[in-house]
Amino acid sequence: MITIDRVTHRYGSTTVLDDVSLELPAGRVTSVIGPNGAGKSTLFSVVSRLLRPSAGRVTVDGLDVTSARDTEVARRLAVLRQDNQVAARLTVLDLVRFGRFPHSGGRLTPECHAKVEEALAWLKLDPLRDRYLDQLSGGQRQRAFIAMVLAQDTDYLLLDEPLNNLDMKHSAAMMSLVRRAVDELGKTAVVVMHDINFASAYSDHIVAMRDGAVVAAGTPAQIMRREVLQDVFDMDIHVQDLNGMRLGIFWTPGAPVPPPSAVDLRDLLAGAAEDLPQRPAQEGEPHTPTQTQTPSPDTVTVGDAR
Amino acid sequence: MSTTVQAPSRPPAPAPAGGRERAARLPVLAAAGALLVAAYLSLGIGVADVGIGDLLRPTPEQWQVLTVSRIPRTAAVLLAGAALSVAGLIMQRITQNRFVSPSTSGTVEAAVLGILVATLLFGGSSLVVKMVVAIATSIAGTLVFLQMLERIRHQDPIVVALVGLMYGGVIGAVTTFIAYQRDLVQYLDVWTTGSFSGILQGRYEPIYVVLAVGVLGYLWADRFTVVGMGRSMATNLGVHYRRTMYVGLVVVSVMAAVVVVVVGAIPFLGLIVPNVVTLMLGDNLRRVLPATALAGAGFVLLCDVVARTVRYPYELPVATIAGAIGAFVFVALILRAGRTARS
Ligand SMILES: Nc1ncnc2c1ncn2[C@@H]1O[C@H](COP(=O)(O)OP(=O)(O)OP(=O)(O)O)[C@@H](O)[C@H]1O
Ligand SMILES: [Mg+2]
Repeated sequence: MITIDRVTHRYGSTTVLDDVSLELPAGRVTSVIGPNGAGKSTLFSVVSRLLRPSAGRVTVDGLDVTSARDTEVARRLAVLRQDNQVAARLTVLDLVRFGRFPHSGGRLTPECHAKVEEALAWLKLDPLRDRYLDQLSGGQRQRAFIAMVLAQDTDYLLLDEPLNNLDMKHSAAMMSLVRRAVDELGKTAVVVMHDINFASAYSDHIVAMRDGAVVAAGTPAQIMRREVLQDVFDMDIHVQDLNGMRLGIFWTPGAPVPPPSAVDLRDLLAGAAEDLPQRPAQEGEPHTPTQTQTPSPDTVTVGDAR
Repeated sequence: MSTTVQAPSRPPAPAPAGGRERAARLPVLAAAGALLVAAYLSLGIGVADVGIGDLLRPTPEQWQVLTVSRIPRTAAVLLAGAALSVAGLIMQRITQNRFVSPSTSGTVEAAVLGILVATLLFGGSSLVVKMVVAIATSIAGTLVFLQMLERIRHQDPIVVALVGLMYGGVIGAVTTFIAYQRDLVQYLDVWTTGSFSGILQGRYEPIYVVLAVGVLGYLWADRFTVVGMGRSMATNLGVHYRRTMYVGLVVVSVMAAVVVVVVGAIPFLGLIVPNVVTLMLGDNLRRVLPATALAGAGFVLLCDVVARTVRYPYELPVATIAGAIGAFVFVALILRAGRTARS
C-alpha cells in the first residue's frame, strides 16, 4: 500500500499540493483524474521521490521513500513520467534493459533477459528493438518507456498519462496490460489519465484531484456521477450506464443535450460523431450553432469492457 | 505483497541479441589488433638508428633507445589519446551535451593553471606534485563549469559549448597573466601545446594513472548512461544523480589533468573522437567506451606519426596536427548539429 500522509508542496507562494492524504490500496488499479494543473504529476513526483515535499511523507509498504536507499525504492516502485525526453541515442532494447538496473546493477542475469523479452513482447516492440529512440514515432517511444518500466518488475507501477500519444487500439491494449499486471501478477498500478471513461472501465478505484487537493475518491460507480464530475472538472458531464459500466458523455456548453433520461445512448454516440451544427435541432431543444464546436475525438470515448 | 506469481509469458526466449552483441564486439577486437600492430610499427620511427626491421632483434644500444624513449613515447601516445577521448565521452553523457569536453569546459585550462601554481609554489617540482595540484584545480574548474551549466537557461548545445570555451579562455587569461608576471610564459607553451617529444623513461610514468581511472569509468559506465537520461530517470532507476555526477567529474578531471601534466593539452580530441564514435555506435556508454578509447588512441598515434614525419628529422607538436584536423571535424560537427536542429 502507498500511504500519502498530509503532503503539501509549494512552489514559492503557490501551493500545488494542499495537505493531501491518500491510501492507494495494493493489488488494485487506481486512476487519478483531474484537470490540467490539478497537481497529479506533482503528487507522482513526491511519491517517486523526485520532489521533496514541503511537508508530509510517503511510505510504500511501510518504507519511507525519502529516507530509504535508492535501489531499495527502485526495486519496489517504478514511475513513468508524463514527458520522457532522453537526449541519449539508445536503442529500444538498451532502454528496456536499463529497466533492470535496480536489480542487476548493469550485469544482466538470465532472469533479467527474460523480463526484458517479456516486456518487449507485451508492448509489441520486438520488431523495433534495435531502433534508436529518436527513430520512433511518439506512440512507439511511449511504448518503449512503458516497456522499460515494466521490465523494472516492481510491485508498484506509477504511470503518468501512459496513454499519451497512443492510438485507441494501443490505449485499450495498454490498459488491458495494466489490468493483467494487477490481476495476474498481483501488482499495484496508479495511473493518471484524462479519459474518464478509460478510468471508469479499467480501474478499481478513482481519485479525483483539483487545485492540489483530492476532491473525491472511490469506486468508479461513486465517482462517475454528474455532480462529482461537475465538481472536479467544472463541466456538465452526463453519465450513462452501459450494462453496468458508467460512461461520461460530454461536449461543449450550448450543444443540444436532451435531458439524460430521454436520451438513447446510441443516438447520442452517433450524434457526437456528426458535425453538431448540422444536426437539425429537435423541437424544444436549445440550439446555438455559433457556440458549438466539433467535439474532439476523445470527448466521447467508450472504453473496452474488461 | 510479493511478485512470486510468474508472468503468464512464453518461455523466456534465450536473448537473441546475445549473438548480435558478440558480433558487435568483433570490430572492436579487430580495431584493437590493428592499433597494436600500428603502435608496434610506430616504434620503428625516429631519428635514432632503430628501424622497423630492428624491432625483433635490437642491439643493446637499440634496446636502450627503445626502452628509454620509443616505448614510453608510444605508451604515452596511446594512453593520452584514449584518456582524453574517454574523458570527453563521459562528460558528454553526464551533461547530455555533445559539445562539452575537457577542452571546451575549462577542465584543461584549470589543469594548466594548477601546474603553474605548483611550479610557483614548489619550484621545478616533481611530476607527481604538479599532477596532484593539477588534478585538484581541474576538478574545481570543471565543477564550476557544471554549476554554470545547471544555471544556464539556454540549453542549446552550441551555446553551452561557446560558454565553455569562453570560460576556458578566462581561466587561460588568468594563467597567462600570472605567468607573465612571474616570467614563466615560455613554460605555458609546453603545457598548453601537447607534444610527445619530451616523453622519456622516468618522466612519464604518472600517465598510467589514467588506466586506473579508466577502469573506474568503465565500471560506472551504466550509471553514467542512466544519469545521461536525466535526473528523473536516474532516480526512478535507483541511481543517485548527484553522486554519479561527482564520480564522473572526478574521472574526467583526473584523466584530463594527468594528460596535461605529462603530455600537454591536445585540442579537440575529447570533443571529436567521442562524437564520431557515438554517431556510429550510439550512446550506451558501456558499449562505446572501449571503442572510443581505441579510436582516440589510434587518432593520436596517427597524429604523432604525422607530426614526426612531415618535417623529418624535425618534429611538430602533436597538438598542432590534432588541432588542425580537429578544428576541421569540429566545424563539420557544428554544421551538422545546426542542420539537425533546424530540420
Ligand atoms: N517547477 C514548477 N514551478 C512552479 N510551478 C510549478 C512547477 N511545476 C508545476 N507547477 C505548477 O504546479 C501545478 C500542478 O502541476 P502538475 O504538473 O502537478 O499538474 P497535473 O495535474 O499533472 O496537470 P496535467 O494534467 O496538465 O499534467 C500547476 O499549476 C503548475 O503550473
Ligand atoms: Mg501531469
